Amino acid sequence: MRLWMLIIAAIVLSFLSLFIGAIDIKPSDLLDWESDETQIFLISRVPRLMAIILAGAGMSIAGLIMQSLSRNKFVSPTTAGTLDAAKLGILISMLFFTNTTYLQEIIFCFAFALAGTLVFMQILDRVKFKDVIFVPLIGIMYGNILSSITTFFGYEADLLQNISSWLMGSFTLVISGRYELLYVSIPAVILAYLYANKFTVAGMGEDFAKNLGLSYKLVLNIGLILVAIISTTVVLTVGVIPFLGLIVPNIVSLYLGDNLRKTIPHTAVLGIVFLLICDILGRVIIHPYEIPVNVTVAVIGSAIFLIMLFRGRAYAKK
Amino acid sequence: MIEIKGLTKRFGKKPVVEDVSVKIESGTITSFIGPNGAGKSTLLSMVSRLLNADTGEVLLDQNNVQKWKSNEFARRVSILKQSNYINVRLTVRELIAFGRYPYSKGRLTAEDEKFVDQAIEYMNLNEMQDKFLDELSGGQKQRAFIAMVIAQDTDYILLDEPLNNLDMKHSVQIMKILRRLVDELGKTVVIVLHDINFASVYSDRIVALKDGKLVKNGPTHEIINSDALRDIYDMDIPIQEQNGCRICVYFNSHT
Repeated sequence: MRLWMLIIAAIVLSFLSLFIGAIDIKPSDLLDWESDETQIFLISRVPRLMAIILAGAGMSIAGLIMQSLSRNKFVSPTTAGTLDAAKLGILISMLFFTNTTYLQEIIFCFAFALAGTLVFMQILDRVKFKDVIFVPLIGIMYGNILSSITTFFGYEADLLQNISSWLMGSFTLVISGRYELLYVSIPAVILAYLYANKFTVAGMGEDFAKNLGLSYKLVLNIGLILVAIISTTVVLTVGVIPFLGLIVPNIVSLYLGDNLRKTIPHTAVLGIVFLLICDILGRVIIHPYEIPVNVTVAVIGSAIFLIMLFRGRAYAKK
Repeated sequence: MIEIKGLTKRFGKKPVVEDVSVKIESGTITSFIGPNGAGKSTLLSMVSRLLNADTGEVLLDQNNVQKWKSNEFARRVSILKQSNYINVRLTVRELIAFGRYPYSKGRLTAEDEKFVDQAIEYMNLNEMQDKFLDELSGGQKQRAFIAMVIAQDTDYILLDEPLNNLDMKHSVQIMKILRRLVDELGKTVVIVLHDINFASVYSDRIVALKDGKLVKNGPTHEIINSDALRDIYDMDIPIQEQNGCRICVYFNSHT
């Protein structure tokens, strides 16, 4: 697959995304600056598209970084407890401060996402049996433990409804003024690209990285911080989007390999395309109502993940 | 020159390497031999800074290796570990290009490309340079990794059991290439070997370890004889001379 094909697909889908929704907007409506259609377009459709683009690229790259650093094809923010830790962070910030400010939520969410991922990497370090399937299973169990803690305290504090709203990855509520945090992921993604070679070298293992004079621990920590930043921005604005960081990098790896300098652009654009397709489907299937994007992503994503598990075990081991 | 001075390493209470001192002569192949668990790999890891010693020091050009900057050290000494099984999908050429990382940080200059081409040429990898590593056989993969180390262009090349899992043909191929690296390019190769006959035929010097202690250290001809080998392996090993090579016939020896 060529990068330009993916980019063209992304542009076409973006255009579709802008003109699909409960209210019919035609390109010609936009000529009238004062019309309701133009207002809806600017307040809802454009922010929604931007959110999809940023979240799609961000989560895919976060997954790619995690797979490289953990040297396991099936590790991603979904399968390493990152997203569950982020949710726990939001809950704790709500428990501690009666009137949580946005900034407090961001800080707690980020700190927990980072700490949660670090703990998982520590567990990974100690596990002797590093089977490709076993490692993400540990990650999923670990994520579920974090998640059940969140549910328990959420239940005790009567915050369960709030929690389930972040569980629901959805672009429905994305309107101008409520998603801008996502732009913070742009510098994180650019940094990831600048560090691409370092991540590739680190992905070959500590001994290998040291042989080439790379400060392994530093690169590892920078990578995990980038993952935490991206996850935080996504969870706080659109919620949890499962599988994206798992599937997209693996598809790219299959046809392009694992040289991050080469694969990061592909991963970003394919992530956008994948998320756009899922979101458009969610908006079309029961039009004029919507299926949240995390449902469509989970259905399509888990199917692809299963195929990867059954057919790709040999590939992931290599 | 690399000088190992009184190195000791303990894992828990058990010393794995105990008070070992060796000088690695420049422009030679030095083989580390000894029974399983003798501490050969641990010693090599300490020389290459992958492990820190408990006591003692390793000097590279009179300076403690710990004091070298990572980047400069990576231009002088390279190490390939036996655990370097890598599950990263890179093409052969991409892997070899990463050997230039200490120089270019991944942005290859024309000079870097030249080194990569030379390394590919040297290891005879021309035809498969655009293949992914996971499409190669064990022997080809090992050659690709050695090519990466050649592209790294260090004076010292340390190899931890590079012949593991290789058949006879590929083992001989690799040893011949190492010999050329020393004889033609003036490199210094330090290699951990299991098969003493490869050590006997291809190395200039042999360092023998047993239970973490240095038992023998000298030119190959001084070590490859029945008396010295008995001290190292606790086996009576007859030596047969064949075309000027000393072959240890250990297959049916008494212990």
